[in-house]
Amino acid sequence: MRIDIAGKSIDHKPVLGRISLTLAEGEVVALTGPSGIGKTTLARLIAGLEPSVGCRIAGAGRIAMVFQEPTLLPWRSVIDNICIATGCDAGSAREALDNVELGDRPDVFPTQLSLGQQRRVALARALATRPDTLILDEAFASLDEATAMRMRVLTRRILEKFGFRTLLITHNLNDAVELADRVLLLDGNPAEIQAGHRLSAPRKATDHKLELEAIRAKQRVARTDLTKGDGSG
Amino acid sequence: MASFTHQTTERNFRDRTRCRAHFVRGLVSLFGFFTLWGAASLWLADPELLPPPDAVARVLWSETTSGEMLLHMQATLARVIAAFVLAMSIGVMLGIIAGRKPGVDAWVSPWLIIFLNLPALVIIVLCYLWIGLTEVAAITAVAINKIPMIAVMMREGARALDPALDDMAQAFRIPRAARWRHVIVPQLAPHFAASGRAGFALIWKIVLVVEFLGRSNGVGFQIHLYFQLFDVAGILAYAFGFIAIMLAIEFLVVQPWERSVSRWRRHAH
Repeated sequence: MRIDIAGKSIDHKPVLGRISLTLAEGEVVALTGPSGIGKTTLARLIAGLEPSVGCRIAGAGRIAMVFQEPTLLPWRSVIDNICIATGCDAGSAREALDNVELGDRPDVFPTQLSLGQQRRVALARALATRPDTLILDEAFASLDEATAMRMRVLTRRILEKFGFRTLLITHNLNDAVELADRVLLLDGNPAEIQAGHRLSAPRKATDHKLELEAIRAKQRVARTDLTKGDGSG
Repeated sequence: MASFTHQTTERNFRDRTRCRAHFVRGLVSLFGFFTLWGAASLWLADPELLPPPDAVARVLWSETTSGEMLLHMQATLARVIAAFVLAMSIGVMLGIIAGRKPGVDAWVSPWLIIFLNLPALVIIVLCYLWIGLTEVAAITAVAINKIPMIAVMMREGARALDPALDDMAQAFRIPRAARWRHVIVPQLAPHFAASGRAGFALIWKIVLVVEFLGRSNGVGFQIHLYFQLFDVAGILAYAFGFIAIMLAIEFLVVQPWERSVSRWRRHAH
């Protein structure tokens, strides 16, 4: 899958600069960067939710997105939420719910579930589309640490099981090193990819300290370069 | 768990007691209303000007048993339903389009403001003058009176649609019909119910004026007749018959429907 973006402005303000990105089959790429830098804009562009003038996406296949908020229909049951959004039958929806460990609660309304469980339903909804490319946009944000950890473990298992090509949007480096094959740093104004880091043992290692330090070092270098660039410009 | 159940039972009991007290107070208040009316009638001692409640009840009973009341109620009800359906269809459509498309709203908004502020009586008189003293004129006049208010209420609803759900529907490529049925209409349902309820309450009243001014049947026509005969008991009998029908529709149609569409809300934490 190849993404080429010439630039993206929102309300005449440039948000994204030139961005080229390739995702191999089954690869999990984490896109990190400070809040408000344009990560979600990039995800929305790829998912076709923003006008994509000057943006070329090739080989993405069927894309499924897990949004920052669960965005479920509160007036429909959990299983209906999956069937309506994806057009799948009840059997496939149940299977997707099993994969996120909610197979026993298909008939409840989303408002009866906790935020963590709602997030899992949103993930199941994406799974039920049988996507070629999965976009996870801050899927662990605003969860307490214990729930976020359970969600990360569950997501890792799903990624291992299905081998989706995945773009993981996160501001949290821990999410990135735990789940991704490769981490990209988005920064600058307009935002561009400043650096990349390939993990030595993706989704295997238990201690990510070294990887985190390496990424942080690259982040610092990129920041210094950007500041210098600003100064000279 | 046991204490939770206990608390819930206690709360239910408290709610039920409060509910019963409320109902009893309502009954006493209603009894007070009729007592006051009876006392005022006795004090005035002029049954033509203010007949006592029992005299009105007798007229109500004789009009009902003779079939006269039913005939006029039917005529009024048919006009109410026709005007309601017409006003809701046009108002809802207009409101949703204006709420979803700011460009259209810019064109529609001034018209809505004009028609919202045009007195009902002016619209009725003009419709009768331009179309003639016909059923079409009567129903059109009522509908025109009501459309702007429905459109404004629905426009607010359409403006408040959750953009995140729109994104979700677009990202998952939910087909248009399913998107309306499962994503948009449930969000608009409270606004639809509110505008329907407000519309219904107002349409009843306007239909009576329309009948008063230019129809030869219906509750409004009967009130006109009794007005000319200076028969206050007849006017009050029709007014109470009218209130009874309104309450029946409220309890038998509107409330059950509202309960069924808001079922999911009761499951919320």
